[in-house]
Amino acid sequence: MMVPLSYYLLLSGFLFVCGVIGFLIKRNIITIFMSIELMLNGVNLSFVAFAAQWHVLSGQVFVFFVMVVAAAEAAVGLAIIIAVYRTRETLNVDRVNLLKL
Amino acid sequence: MFHLILFLFFGAICVAGAVNLLVQSHPINSALSLIAVMGSLAVEYLLLGAEFLTAVQVIVYAGAIMVLFVITIMLLNAGKEEGSGGSRVAILLGIPGVLIATLLVAWTVLFHSNTRAVPLGALKGDPRAIAQLLFHDFLLPFEITSVLILIAIMGAVVLTSRPEAVARGPRRDG
Repeated sequence: MMVPLSYYLLLSGFLFVCGVIGFLIKRNIITIFMSIELMLNGVNLSFVAFAAQWHVLSGQVFVFFVMVVAAAEAAVGLAIIIAVYRTRETLNVDRVNLLKL
Repeated sequence: MFHLILFLFFGAICVAGAVNLLVQSHPINSALSLIAVMGSLAVEYLLLGAEFLTAVQVIVYAGAIMVLFVITIMLLNAGKEEGSGGSRVAILLGIPGVLIATLLVAWTVLFHSNTRAVPLGALKGDPRAIAQLLFHDFLLPFEITSVLILIAIMGAVVLTSRPEAVARGPRRDG
């Protein structure tokens, strides 16, 4: 028995929605960043599922590029978080409300 | 049948991890559940025949990126999250809105999308096939991403170094 493509799409959509909700309701800047990674993972799953459906290998190469960009984004984003923590002494996004200290 | 059972089992781990990421208030717990999500997603990729991506998902995502996250959490000593008072309007409108939108999308995808079933291992995503594409058709994007990674490394180093250290220049005394 084979798994329908729609199941993969539903799982991918669920992961993406969880990422969006986490991005909106979380207050810790690191957790917000992890929600973004969750969204990227959801999109990757739909890329791979569509690649398998249409027998086009390019979808998997796109996922590879998404992973590379996610790695670069994680490195720069976490560096920014460390810089923010050094100047504000907090990780709560509600307290990071001044452009200039 | 075996394929469906594997899909459902690891899909359930994915869903549980994603929900747990939202529910937990301590960032390290969220990070660990995100690692569970990424690990079970790697198995889903394997079910779809993407062998190379499975390895990359485990090594790069669940390995390198999450280690960065965990190290940052430890470095900054991130404690329990303090919630901000959510507005009542957001709760009253948001939860039904999300539910309705989810049901609508799920109904459309399940019954009206004309998608076929995906057979196990129909498309071979082994490293040889991926490399053929990556180094022939996608050579220019591949080189550009390597430049992007280089810029990201330099950006991370500049951002995390202290401002006075940047102004003073490289240290002379050992």
